Amino acid sequence: MKLVGKGIPKIDGMAIATGKPVYTEDLVMANALVVKILRSPHAFARITSIDVEKAAALEGVECVLTYRDVPQQRFTLAGQSYPEPSPYDRLILDLVVRYVGDEVAIVAAVDEKTALAALDLIKVEYEVFPPVLDFETAIGHSSVVHPEDDVHCNFDIGMVKDRNIVSTQKWEVGDIEKELSECDVVVEGTFYTQANAQCMMETQRAFNYLDHLGRLVVVSSTQVPFHARRMLARALELPTSKIRVIKPRIGGGFGSKQTSCVEIFTAAVTLKTGKPAILVYDREETFTCTTSRHAMRLKVTLGADKEGVIRAVDIQGLSDTGAYGEHASTVFMVTGEKTLPLYNKTKAVRFMGNVVYTNKPAAGAYRGYGATQGTFALESAVNMLAEKMSMDPAELRLKNIAREGEPFLGYKGGTLESSALNRCIEKGREMIGWKFKYPKQISAANKVRGVGMAVTMQGSGIANIDTASAEVRLNDNGDFSLLIGSTDMGTGSDTILAQMAAEVLEVSMNQIIVHAADTDVSPFDPGSYASSTTYVTGMAVVRAAEDLKQQILAEGAKFLQSTEEEVEFNGHTVRVTGTDKMIGLKKLAQQLVVGPEKRQLVGNATYGSPISPPPFIAGFAEVEVDKETGKVELLDFVAVVDCGTVINPHLARIQVEGGLVQGIGMALYEDVRYDNKGKLLSNSFMQYKIPCRKDIGTVRVAFKESFEPTGPFGAKSVGEVVINTPAAAIAAAVYHAVGVRITQLPITPEKVFISLTACNTHRAQGPRPLRSGINRL
Amino acid sequence: MQVEFVVNGKQAVWEVPPDEFLADTLRKHGLLSIRKGCNTSCCGLCTVWIDGKPTLSCSVLSFRVQGKFVMTIEGVSEEAAEFARILVAEGADQCGFCSPGFVMTVLALKRELVSPTDDEIVHYLTGNLCRCTGYLGQMRAVKTYLGVTQR
Repeated sequence: MKLVGKGIPKIDGMAIATGKPVYTEDLVMANALVVKILRSPHAFARITSIDVEKAAALEGVECVLTYRDVPQQRFTLAGQSYPEPSPYDRLILDLVVRYVGDEVAIVAAVDEKTALAALDLIKVEYEVFPPVLDFETAIGHSSVVHPEDDVHCNFDIGMVKDRNIVSTQKWEVGDIEKELSECDVVVEGTFYTQANAQCMMETQRAFNYLDHLGRLVVVSSTQVPFHARRMLARALELPTSKIRVIKPRIGGGFGSKQTSCVEIFTAAVTLKTGKPAILVYDREETFTCTTSRHAMRLKVTLGADKEGVIRAVDIQGLSDTGAYGEHASTVFMVTGEKTLPLYNKTKAVRFMGNVVYTNKPAAGAYRGYGATQGTFALESAVNMLAEKMSMDPAELRLKNIAREGEPFLGYKGGTLESSALNRCIEKGREMIGWKFKYPKQISAANKVRGVGMAVTMQGSGIANIDTASAEVRLNDNGDFSLLIGSTDMGTGSDTILAQMAAEVLEVSMNQIIVHAADTDVSPFDPGSYASSTTYVTGMAVVRAAEDLKQQILAEGAKFLQSTEEEVEFNGHTVRVTGTDKMIGLKKLAQQLVVGPEKRQLVGNATYGSPISPPPFIAGFAEVEVDKETGKVELLDFVAVVDCGTVINPHLARIQVEGGLVQGIGMALYEDVRYDNKGKLLSNSFMQYKIPCRKDIGTVRVAFKESFEPTGPFGAKSVGEVVINTPAAAIAAAVYHAVGVRITQLPITPEKVFISLTACNTHRAQGPRPLRSGINRL
Repeated sequence: MQVEFVVNGKQAVWEVPPDEFLADTLRKHGLLSIRKGCNTSCCGLCTVWIDGKPTLSCSVLSFRVQGKFVMTIEGVSEEAAEFARILVAEGADQCGFCSPGFVMTVLALKRELVSPTDDEIVHYLTGNLCRCTGYLGQMRAVKTYLGVTQR
């Protein structure tokens, strides 16, 4: 292959690396109104009076909107294919506020200063209710977060609203209780994964205006233009045909921009005033008023026979969705879906539990989407099993993982067509030096080094649901327009999709013009999330390009007075095979588009997959733990990745490195924290630490390719799976080093130190339960 | 109030509100490479040079650049493109939103340090956050650009 598998530079690389004005805020018109939001100081309250008179009278203020001024139609901000599994539980502005930061009023003014001044002039009185802050006591709490009658679910997700349950789920294959009772060895552990913030560098932002037809044009840093359009249409009670959503370059997403947090407010202003309006969230608003990863409690019970074959996996979970149910049921579902199939010698598996409302900012989509939480819990339990059975954790996994050609629970027992996970494990343990380093080495008087591992899987797109279309058009001068609706948020998807189209058409990269995304122009695509773009949109692009190539052959043959079977196309010319009868692509294009043939060629395809092929990773960590302080230093992290065929090794490598580092941040320090009244404490980079350059030691990445027959050129996904292994691998490394098993993320020095102290006391005073977690709300 | 300074090599006399920060002033004047990623002087996105030193423009009141030389990436476009080509070839330009500030710091590093060690490079660049790349690809690109040996 000429282009697939090559480390082609990103097509937008030079523009974005040199600061060109190509992002949302760079494109706004000069006279756009500046929108600011008045927010609730209470975690749970009802507005009893709201006086906007003074604010509205302030010079330069164009409009002040409260719940009385906006449509009262409930909707979800979750960017998911319709019918969304997320409940319609939001209003643009509501009489009831459900978290500290919930929207109370929208102000639009000629500049930021005036808008901020107007916020101070709005007088609000509240009736304050006791908030639900602890997700473990949310079920049956005396406060009900959503008591209103008009919350709507598109289908049954197991909502029991009066008990604060958004979704109840149970997935059981076989008889789990029976199998567990028959296992020779059973381990059980309860694990807590914390909320995390996505922290993309470009915060949420959108602007909009009315066009010459009076349509609402929304320019937004969004991962989901088509879903955003549909969501806006519902909330604003407009037909979708009256809305156009344009996505410029995006400054990172990681799932946060799969939830449309800001468009609704600018749109309300523009519809009210007729004027352009912009809203840019600052970092504090982004932390406080957008979404984060669902915090979970996951109790895992594993059963194995005496040979170490895992026979039963049971995961019982509780997930905190915060005040609104964006992605509540699906993130939780994925926690089970992307863990239970990993080990396929099981006779019974079960995943069950609840997702609950609390009076905190909504959780939402974040890279890994439940699989991250599930991987930490399951893999920590597998490491416990290895220890209990005195087995090497790598060997235990090699014995139990689903392998290529074997039945796979993720395909309801169908065959797993592509997996190199066994090779990933073997390569990874060789790279980390497992043979010499497992389980630990004393490195200094008070320092011990340990190694640990974890494996994981994700999916590639959402099976049977997410469906993408692509168009490839032969232009008048012989170049091509590739029209797609996916959203390159920095990943390089526009580039790799162009690579695929160019590979099929046998043309060079610079002959492909990529256009994405504009709901008026682009063919439908759900957007870039759920690790879908390479696999789902990629397949659509391949098929559209093949369709166009076939048409080029047919039209070329006609011109050459030959037949389709007798001609060949090499990217430059259509030629009758074995002769010198030929026509150049440019000439052919001119003949077709503007010449006598009068038929512009457009290749089309729509693709949705009945399966979601899993990419796999084996992750290995080496840490050094300081026994005097509890500090964990990550010395080395090795990840070996099976994402099928690697379409662009440079871009894939950076995806993996970046995802691993986010996972390392989650493992060691990133933590969304609240005070006892529900106010977010971690609302800046000072309180919410993300990894900086000094935090990252050695991180090494290798690929072990498999070939996925249903994917474009054999490719699967890579975007999300990369974040899943660090937490469990690092926790295991810490355990191997100093015997402390941290079950509540993040693995902070305090927790390690407290547990070490408990261990020492335990040794001195005899058996005593070991508690590793502290400071949970 | 009026501030007289040199921006990207050109003399400028701009009217600025006394409470306005340089990042906002520069954006208002069309220098759209200036980005803000935090409210707390943590992220480094807004980095420009003031008298040749990388500085967070979000935390400098505009009137304080009176008589100084301010440089944004628009003013060093060729030099920036030279490094950008290496960064892009490495695949280490992901969302690109942090790039202008990062590139300005890298260019300053090259002027300031001779044959820096890995630790010196990391130390110099540590105020520039990036959430996409995990920094490793950026490090490879910086070392190629500086001509120092890869580990």
